[in-house]
Amino acid sequence: MDDPVRRASFTRRALLLGAGMAGTGALLAGRMAWLSLFHGDEYRLKAEGNRVQNRLVPPRRGWIVDRHGKPIALNRPDYRLELRPADLFDAGTDLNTTLIAIRQVIDISPDDELRIRDDVASQPRFMPVVVRSNLSWPEFSACNVRLATVPGVAAVQSFSRHYPEADRFAHLIGYVGAPTPEQYRAERDPLLIYPGFRIGKDGIERHEDRRLRGEAGAARVEVTARGELVRELGTRADRPGDTLKLTIDRELQSYAARRLADNSASVIVMDCQSGDILAMVSMPAYDPNIFSTRVPARLWNALQKDDHTPLLNKSAMGLYPPGSTFKMVTTLAALEAGVDPDEAVLCTGAYRLGNNTWHCHARRGHGGVNMHRALPLSCDTYFYAMGRRVGVDAIAAMARRLGLGQEFPLPIPGQAGGIVPDKAWKQRRYGPDPKKANWREGETLNAAIGQGYLIANPLQLAVMTARLASGRAVMPRLIADGPAPDYPSLGIPEAHLALVRQGMVDVVNAGYGTAPAARSSVPDVLIAGKTGTAQVRRISMAERRRGVLRNEALPWKQRDHALFVAFAPADAPRYAASVIIEHGIAGGRYAAPIARDVLTYLFEPERALAVLPAVEADAAERRAANERIETAASIAEENRRLMPSWLKIDVQPPVFEVADPDAPLPPREPE
Amino acid sequence: MDLLNGPWRRELARLPWGVVLLLAAIAGFGVLVLYSAGGGSLDPWALKHGVRFAILLLGALALAMLPPERWLAWAWPIYFTLLLALVGVELVGAVKGGSQRWLNLGFMEFQPSEMMKLAIILAMARYFQYVPKGYESRPDVLIPALAIIAMPVGLVMLQPDLGTALSILFGGVAVMFLAGVRLWLFGAAVAGVGALLPVAWNLLHDYQRKRVLIFLDPESDPRGAGYHITQSKIAIGSGGLSGKGFLQGTQSHLDYLPELHTDFAFATMAEEWGLMGGLFVIGLYGLVLAWGIRTAVNAGTQFQRLMALGLMATLFFYLAINMMMVMGLAPVVGIPLPLISWGGSSMMTVMILLGLVMGVARANRQNPD
Repeated sequence: MDDPVRRASFTRRALLLGAGMAGTGALLAGRMAWLSLFHGDEYRLKAEGNRVQNRLVPPRRGWIVDRHGKPIALNRPDYRLELRPADLFDAGTDLNTTLIAIRQVIDISPDDELRIRDDVASQPRFMPVVVRSNLSWPEFSACNVRLATVPGVAAVQSFSRHYPEADRFAHLIGYVGAPTPEQYRAERDPLLIYPGFRIGKDGIERHEDRRLRGEAGAARVEVTARGELVRELGTRADRPGDTLKLTIDRELQSYAARRLADNSASVIVMDCQSGDILAMVSMPAYDPNIFSTRVPARLWNALQKDDHTPLLNKSAMGLYPPGSTFKMVTTLAALEAGVDPDEAVLCTGAYRLGNNTWHCHARRGHGGVNMHRALPLSCDTYFYAMGRRVGVDAIAAMARRLGLGQEFPLPIPGQAGGIVPDKAWKQRRYGPDPKKANWREGETLNAAIGQGYLIANPLQLAVMTARLASGRAVMPRLIADGPAPDYPSLGIPEAHLALVRQGMVDVVNAGYGTAPAARSSVPDVLIAGKTGTAQVRRISMAERRRGVLRNEALPWKQRDHALFVAFAPADAPRYAASVIIEHGIAGGRYAAPIARDVLTYLFEPERALAVLPAVEADAAERRAANERIETAASIAEENRRLMPSWLKIDVQPPVFEVADPDAPLPPREPE
Repeated sequence: MDLLNGPWRRELARLPWGVVLLLAAIAGFGVLVLYSAGGGSLDPWALKHGVRFAILLLGALALAMLPPERWLAWAWPIYFTLLLALVGVELVGAVKGGSQRWLNLGFMEFQPSEMMKLAIILAMARYFQYVPKGYESRPDVLIPALAIIAMPVGLVMLQPDLGTALSILFGGVAVMFLAGVRLWLFGAAVAGVGALLPVAWNLLHDYQRKRVLIFLDPESDPRGAGYHITQSKIAIGSGGLSGKGFLQGTQSHLDYLPELHTDFAFATMAEEWGLMGGLFVIGLYGLVLAWGIRTAVNAGTQFQRLMALGLMATLFFYLAINMMMVMGLAPVVGIPLPLISWGGSSMMTVMILLGLVMGVARANRQNPD
């Protein structure tokens, strides 16, 4: 039955098939050798890459401390309770019983409970869910003791940024916040996308972010394909950020902020010799502790709408006409031009140039005024005359020497440079049309008394005062890294400076000066200063004839800015200060006492603190009154809204003129 | 006593015990691999795998005691019963995992396409047994042969189950090749298939097309469907020459490797045992296949020869496709590695297959003494 031919044919085919199988076997063996021997290293790396994950250990942010080492920004432990659903379900319990167990120790609000249930349902099992953050220490320890045996529940500790002085340092220090996607794209630092990691968003926190940030550590962990941690393989410790020491005196800054109360104002105190900035306050401000977490929309809107601009750092970004505080510059420019200090100018209360009249703040004039009396009297007419004689370029050059119109190398983002106008500047600004761009003499008169185009920020005024007081080209410093450099002399003859300083002493201490309110109550310490009242509105001829309204009668926005610059002690200058109160009416009456108290604090803190209760009570009373008005307004608004439309009558309340034009003129404020 | 002293002992002695030993070695290795895949535990796979193999080995030896001529007689009934069952699957079968493969017989779930892989060999061997020498390539012989292959292949494709359909096709064509159909006809067929590929492409299901596309470029979708192949290659490649050590595989134990106990068991093994382990498995199977070829060549009748080698070709198809798949040389088709992968029905198929070949070996063996 078996055919040998067929058998031989089958054998041939069988061997052919066998050869095919052997070939395939060889191919498989070769392929496997190719994968495991020739590309083994590559695949081993890939397997390691699968298995091992580097987890970041975020560094702790460096502290910011004041010149005495007192903390301004620090990291506060933040205690929270976490739930790991994976552990919970592995242990065979469910969410309800666990929540009941937790409720026996701490409260969970219904909102929190909703969020927890939502997170547990939607997140991967191994991701911890925060039950509650911001636990108090007693709550935290209670959780640690009483929830230790509940599976899947852990009380953990992390750190959050804390500013103990809150809004008093808000503008200077800034705040921290989550990095933006743009920042991550620019830096490519994986730390920036670590959950909860914060970087500096404003002020020194932003400028010195690199130093404060530190370096992340890493933990090598073994993970499963689902990202579950199996075990830790090793760690590299993180390097916390450097501690940043500032030249600021925390207590002084804090005092200045309290002394300002509810004013929209800035106070800067500098060391005349070293340039150290001891205080740099801008009020009102926001609470950086709230900004570092999340700003509620209502608070944000309120801050943005507030006409006291709590979001603006007035010390560095606010620009104001320096007003009469600029008159020292004009004086020095005149002296340098060879004007005799004893030469008198007759002040009749008005100064005519062409068809226009420039007024002195004293309506009836000061009579004969020489340079020694011009500063204490703040006689505008004298400076109109001197400014006209030396020309705007000489004044501008002197202003620049004293630090106006420049930005300083400080770790503050966004300083406003201000303007020191001269002929070249006007050409640049308004050119090329000569009609617009040529300097007019009237503008020199304005510049001579610190008005017109001239604007400066409070920091520049403080530097100007420090330079006047020391005679050196002092530069402001904020970060205390090593001793202050030896600043070069300004190149202004000591005699000139002495004359100006004596003038400033007389402003405060002579009976006829404009700022008797700044007179020091500390024995042996004389304060020297200069007032300034910067107009923010133009006073028309008609208004002037009718009689200039008292500032108090004007809406807040139209009142004059009050300025005061000072240094103390007068005989051996150590500290310089500048105070600006936005729409503060008059430098002598309102800004000078604040400068006096802040400088007093440096010599006799107890005496300075004694004035605070009255100031704060006053501010509290005003705040309460405002709140009453706002509440009444909102109730009225509510009533109007709820009133049916057919009942609504649009009657405007009558507006009464505050000042009667026929009434006797009130005396104008001395500056 | 007569029973004990009768031909039983002689018949048992004629069984190919060497191959039984080889198979036990392979399955034993499979138990080790599944022990590791289970995270170093006999549960849930390793122990059951071993027990299953022991029971099925006894069954295969029992099948081997049947004379091969019995299969010649039963070839058509088995084939047509299964063909009917395949039609039945189309009509009343259970849908599992997106395709209709299972028939519920009341007491067990039965997958006729799995058995069809074997039945096609029996049927084709039966068919060519009675074709005289020289007539194999005539159209009137070829056309019924092709019909015998095409009917089950078509029905399985409808389920749809590409892997099994290809397996049946390969078995049938292998028998035709062994029966002596002219070589140029195969060449022409390959050319024809190549020309028809675009048409076939349109007939494939979306998931099948996706598998093929991902096979062609696995890196295109490393997190999605290409994940299987990529991770499998990483597992094999990272094993190196001698592997990471028993129970030390990271790809498998940390769940990066999917299907680590079924289709990708070879990758699980290769990660821990390395190239040596792979060559060991390939070598053992090479010996089994070599034994099968020798058995076929030495068999007494054309039917026995065609059946033995046809079945061996089917076993080879399993091995080759699975290993090529895990090494990234073939698309992902759900074909397990015989005797090593977890899975009852595939092991049953393979053991029946081996039982039949052992039967041929026993029938043609001279008395050992």
